[in-house]
Amino acid sequence: MNAQTDTWTLAGRTLRSRLIVGTGKYRDAIETKAALKASGAEIVTVALRRVDLKAKDNLLSWIDRDRYTLLPNTAGCYSADEAVRTLRLARELGIADIVKLEVIGDPKTLFPDNEETLKAAKILLHEGFTVLPYCTDDPVVCRKLEALGCAAVMPLAAPIGSGLGIRNRHNIRLIIEQANVPVIVDAGVGTASDATVAMELGCDGVLMNTAIAKAEDPVQMAEAMRLGIIAGRLAYQAGRMPIRAYANASSPTGGLIE
Amino acid sequence: MPTIVLNGEPRQLRAPMTVAELISELSLDPRLVAVERNREIVPRAEHGEALVDDGDRLEIVTFVGGG
Repeated sequence: MNAQTDTWTLAGRTLRSRLIVGTGKYRDAIETKAALKASGAEIVTVALRRVDLKAKDNLLSWIDRDRYTLLPNTAGCYSADEAVRTLRLARELGIADIVKLEVIGDPKTLFPDNEETLKAAKILLHEGFTVLPYCTDDPVVCRKLEALGCAAVMPLAAPIGSGLGIRNRHNIRLIIEQANVPVIVDAGVGTASDATVAMELGCDGVLMNTAIAKAEDPVQMAEAMRLGIIAGRLAYQAGRMPIRAYANASSPTGGLIE
Repeated sequence: MPTIVLNGEPRQLRAPMTVAELISELSLDPRLVAVERNREIVPRAEHGEALVDDGDRLEIVTFVGGG
């Protein structure tokens, strides 16, 4: 296995990129497009909002929909009902049935409301959606979401937009160990090494927005994230050396001159 | 003149009209928006027949950048 031949499957789609990126918080459409390209992402998230009657351009008019699968989210929804309503509307916009479900439970941390998320997932799955749920890094809720039929589980690394990196590697590892669907770390990644760590833990992918969009140079950070993901994946597959408490010389200990 | 609530704002229409006519009056591209009338989705195929009249609450949405 190498970086060129590595693929994974998400809801029946074969993907080469393990990086899913958001399209929010960029300066303009030009910067967004350049960052998306540099990231190598094949799936990009979008939000659903009231149309701006004064806006000149519309995301749907400039984004290359042959190149990117649009993954509508339910950002800003605080109940299962709002999330379901949002995604039904999103479906009217002619996207595929694959959606990112996030039901927020707290405005300060943007932590998900797992109870409402499970409720919404059940309805959406019944209506034929392919559901990718954002959730806490809790193995139990991940197991429940998978049991309902979600196509992946997307535990957070840290609060959305915080850039804190993976707060609980142990939980992410437990989630990976039990999951039979892809595990995508969603939210909280701050820089390329965070993405690498997620992949080294064995995640199938990483979803991020702010870490790229709010970097000083978003396009360069998108490239860094692309490479960080590849590095982490390769390292995971290569199998890291065991950690030892003491040194172990790399050069032969014999044959030293006297 | 009928008054509707469009995306949370009151708006007067010159007359009752179809969803398609309203979208056109707002200079929106019908392919880039989804419409909900009184909390029920108006499927694209029905934009030409579905009427917007006094007291209706319309949500017209699209995709924007987001994570």
